[in-house]
Amino acid sequence: MSTLSADLASTNVDAASTHDDHHDHHDTSGDTVFGFWLYLMTDCLLFASFFATYAVLFMNTAGGVSGKDIFELDFVAVETAALLLSSITFGFAMIAAQGQKKALTLIWLLVTFCLGAVFIGMEIYEFHHLIVNGHGPQHSAFLSSFFALVGLHGLHVTAGLIWMTIMMIEVARRGLGKATVTRLSCLSLFWHFLDIVWICVFTVVYLMGAM
Amino acid sequence: MLIRNLCNIALASIVLTLSGCKGGVLDPKGQIGYDEKNLIIIATVLMLLVVIPVIVMTLYFAWKYRDSRTHEIYAPKWAHSTKIEAVVWAVPILIVLVLGVITWESTHRLDPYKPLEGKGEHITVEVVSLNWKWLFIYPEQGIATVNELVFPANVPVEFKITSESTMNSFFIPQLGSQIYSMAGMQTKLHLIADEPGTFKGISANYSGAGFSGMKFNAIATPTQANFDDWVSNIKAQGNTLTKDGYYELAEPTENHPVTYYGNVEDDLFHTILMKFMVHMSGKNDISEMKGMEHKMGEHKDHSGHSDHSAHSSHTQGEE
Amino acid sequence: MSFLGKITMDAIPLHDPILVVTMIGIAIGGLVLLGLITKYKKWGILWRDWITSVDHKRLGIMYIILALIMLFRGFSDAILMRSQLALATNGSPGYLPPEHYDQIFTAHGVIMIIFMAMPFMVGLMNIILPLQIGARDVAFPFLNNLSFWLTASGAILMNISLVFGEFAKTGWVAYPPLSELTFSPGVGVDYYIWALQISGLGTLLTSVNFLVTVFKMRAPGMTLMKMPIFTWTCTWANILIAASFPILTAVLAMLTLDRYMDFHFFTNDLGGNSMMYINLFWAWGHPEVYILVLPAFGIFSEIISTFTGKRLFGYKSMIYASGAISILGFIVWLHHFFTMGSSANVNAFFGVMTMIIAVPTGVKLFNWLFTIYRGRLRITVPVLWTLGFMVTFTIGGMTGVLLAIPGADYVLHNSLFLIAHFHNTIIGGAVFGYLAGFAFWFPKAMGFKLNEKWGKVSFWCWIVGFFVAFMPLYVLGFLGMTRRLNHTNTPEWNFWLYLAAVGAIIIMFGIIAQVIQLYVSFRDREALDDKTGDPWNGHTLEWASTSPPQAYNFAVIPHVDDIDAWTDMKEKGQAYVTKESYSPIHMPKNTSAGVLMGATLTIFCFAMVWHIWWLAGAGLIGAIAVFIKRCYCNDVDYYVQPDEILETEKAFNLSGREGVKA
Repeated sequence: MSTLSADLASTNVDAASTHDDHHDHHDTSGDTVFGFWLYLMTDCLLFASFFATYAVLFMNTAGGVSGKDIFELDFVAVETAALLLSSITFGFAMIAAQGQKKALTLIWLLVTFCLGAVFIGMEIYEFHHLIVNGHGPQHSAFLSSFFALVGLHGLHVTAGLIWMTIMMIEVARRGLGKATVTRLSCLSLFWHFLDIVWICVFTVVYLMGAM
Repeated sequence: MLIRNLCNIALASIVLTLSGCKGGVLDPKGQIGYDEKNLIIIATVLMLLVVIPVIVMTLYFAWKYRDSRTHEIYAPKWAHSTKIEAVVWAVPILIVLVLGVITWESTHRLDPYKPLEGKGEHITVEVVSLNWKWLFIYPEQGIATVNELVFPANVPVEFKITSESTMNSFFIPQLGSQIYSMAGMQTKLHLIADEPGTFKGISANYSGAGFSGMKFNAIATPTQANFDDWVSNIKAQGNTLTKDGYYELAEPTENHPVTYYGNVEDDLFHTILMKFMVHMSGKNDISEMKGMEHKMGEHKDHSGHSDHSAHSSHTQGEE
Repeated sequence: MSFLGKITMDAIPLHDPILVVTMIGIAIGGLVLLGLITKYKKWGILWRDWITSVDHKRLGIMYIILALIMLFRGFSDAILMRSQLALATNGSPGYLPPEHYDQIFTAHGVIMIIFMAMPFMVGLMNIILPLQIGARDVAFPFLNNLSFWLTASGAILMNISLVFGEFAKTGWVAYPPLSELTFSPGVGVDYYIWALQISGLGTLLTSVNFLVTVFKMRAPGMTLMKMPIFTWTCTWANILIAASFPILTAVLAMLTLDRYMDFHFFTNDLGGNSMMYINLFWAWGHPEVYILVLPAFGIFSEIISTFTGKRLFGYKSMIYASGAISILGFIVWLHHFFTMGSSANVNAFFGVMTMIIAVPTGVKLFNWLFTIYRGRLRITVPVLWTLGFMVTFTIGGMTGVLLAIPGADYVLHNSLFLIAHFHNTIIGGAVFGYLAGFAFWFPKAMGFKLNEKWGKVSFWCWIVGFFVAFMPLYVLGFLGMTRRLNHTNTPEWNFWLYLAAVGAIIIMFGIIAQVIQLYVSFRDREALDDKTGDPWNGHTLEWASTSPPQAYNFAVIPHVDDIDAWTDMKEKGQAYVTKESYSPIHMPKNTSAGVLMGATLTIFCFAMVWHIWWLAGAGLIGAIAVFIKRCYCNDVDYYVQPDEILETEKAFNLSGREGVKA
């Protein structure tokens, strides 16, 4: 939960100090993006801690299932493809936003949102499937660390989706002012960051676990 | 000046402690304890070589360059001197270099897992920390005690240590090193008493409400024969510690009285250790578990094993 | 699960007379305070100028007030512990049973580190850092206000635990499995988790905020190697916060999952590994002590160079030394548990790494010494704290290096020697530094100087009390006394335990003297008034503003040509110059979003502690809603008009020039 608010907290950055046309003030949108970068680095360490814990605990299956038994690589591959694709579509949304094309920006954001929603939907399905089959996080340290790491990423993506919804409303209502584009840039950084984290999750958890 | 006096008092009290106080880590009664006391003294003396000049210089400079002494040289823009900088970096580096070598050597020499050399065969005691008491199992003698540890002087003792519940630290200050007891893991400690006597033993890691009462006497008997007598006495009393009896004993109690068991169920320590260790192989097969324990028992045991992976992955995380 | 979760009447500890008296005291004190605010009609001012303020100076002052309040609480805990241990000798149980005593030492540790030292440090940084770099505010003013309220929420949760339920009985490190549900079924550990989590979040946001401020908002001409040393050490500390607090967030989240959702990260059973907690905890915990002490080093550097009327000796050396300490601080965490059974190679490596930190720290001490060398040292209260620090900290550093030798640590680990050591560095290093900074920058923040006489009384009580209280603990450590004992039965220890209690009382007189000092100074504020903005003939830009500074700090952002920018301006005759006209200044508006989020998140945490799920959901959604609303609000700033600026500048520069002549 706190992660969620941390994410959001950093997005405020622009709201607090960005304003379009005050030229006597120094360029605050640069500050905002830099601040958001820093926040992403701290988030990266948060993930690193969960990765480290997973690396220590993934052997500790307590006589229960291991990664080999429960990971379905095909399913996860589709999930991964959805997320990777959503990064590309967000890229298109940003190009459209830079070019001040409001409708196109909204369309690409919507596509990105849908791909993100597919990812989250599939993840929830996977979790649900595991839990009903008796492989919930309560059953071993391995499962605990797996659920926590993947769930943390999922929580971030969910926060990203909420943020994206708000951005779509803002773009629709206020157009593509400087402040809005800065916010979109932050969200785009966030989204690409989650993509990179997912590539690590996919490699470390799923690929190496299924081997 | 008051500061200086206080430092003197402080130093004096440390020196006093070094020379005369009874019963602490500076009054060792065993080889490990002696070595550790010497290590503390050598390191302290080495460091005082820098510490005393710094303290003296602080007070002297503050006195000499105070603003009322207008006849002293005043150099407001003087802020760099390569010579001084070189010296102030070099002096601490040198001291730390020497200390580093001492540290490396002494850490290996005093490794709690290392059997004591040249002292003959050791006896083994298995130690279990319970809430809030200590259980000592003597696998070679087939007896067990609670809150009293007896062994012959001048014979090395190998302690195999684990915990039933929370983390404690097994510590007999006058004999030297301590080590954590952790559930599902075995740590090891090698100690020796160079003279007979009764030494205090404690838990040195807070473990809950009854922690303050988690004390025991460590008694080093003058000869092996005395120890054997003590063992046969306990054997004669009967009183078997079964698995069920153990679980009863494991219930939280405070200030538990000394208790003797003339018989112990076979492999009790192993059972306690393995209770939480299923996770290591993914199967519940006890014979496989034993092999596992054996493998890890070679010096590093479980703790070291897991520790290593924790470190390496952690360091990666930092980057 | 019932409507009120786990709360019942039993949650209120009416059976414990000490707590009941405390509660009555708090209630009366609180009512008196509320009554006074109402009587003098200060609610409006309190809300408009303080609670909702985004001004970094005001937030800094609020941080320090919070730190002082928590200092009283944490120090009361210390007095309780020392008196318990002085009474509970020779087998007597004393007056605090373990159920209560164990909460006290846990609370003492958490409060002093997280809710006293951290807010004090962050408060000083808030007030001074933007001024030192010639900025009008921090990069993200609202975020700064939010950070404060998150820290305050954590502190409030800590204090709620006095009245509702209990606090953790685990020691401030809360090692599992003791802190797991099996061995700590009460709500104490949950209070611990949420109080740390929420304030940690605030600290993390502060670090991001100040890093952007430092890297993006320095005055023109101020290159990184011309930044004031305090700004530099704070920057290192902020880098450490950004790199270490996420680990705390992670490890607390894992413990939360263990306790709330039956996960098995650190449990004994089903493959959990408590050693992972201990590693992660100290991977945060060790950098944390450098986070506390590095800014203090910066404060001492500023004070020494100001009061000797000299440049700081070895400025670059100082920066590199701080950097070395910061980086090394991340690869020494294992020295907190040499006794866990790691191999000799691992232990020796971490021992040697730890010792290497003594090198840059030693260099710093020498640099301060050579700053005094050939200076004109004015023995003021800040200087006394600094000298006291140099003596005390040297001893603390020595005992620290001793503990870094695994062979020595095997017998000193967890003993009172360790307690003496870290109080020696945290009190002698960090706290003395903050108190020095408090005396040094008080006139800047408040507009009048502190009374010197009572300041000196306080200093002498503190330092004498410190040595009397903690030197006996070194001795007790050697005598084999371990930490967190509730009672003892060893006659040889008694004398030292009594002595330590006397020391604590002497420190108490030091704290009382500080309260008197504040009162006397406030009473005589006319006489102690600082009209020049530069009462100590300072070196850096914070002294170029009025005391207290205007909301916008500087009418014109100064151009910086030297490390000692203000000294340089004074020498070139650029100080106290009024321009003919000024441009309007763009400033952020105050906002209630921070305090509302603090309140809703406090409710969320409290509800989580007591498993009142509907309330937790409401609190969290409330916080997020306030946040989103704030983010998309565009009416966030205003302009200060030129004529208003001109008025202020004229008056200030006139009194400034008079001050220089005098």
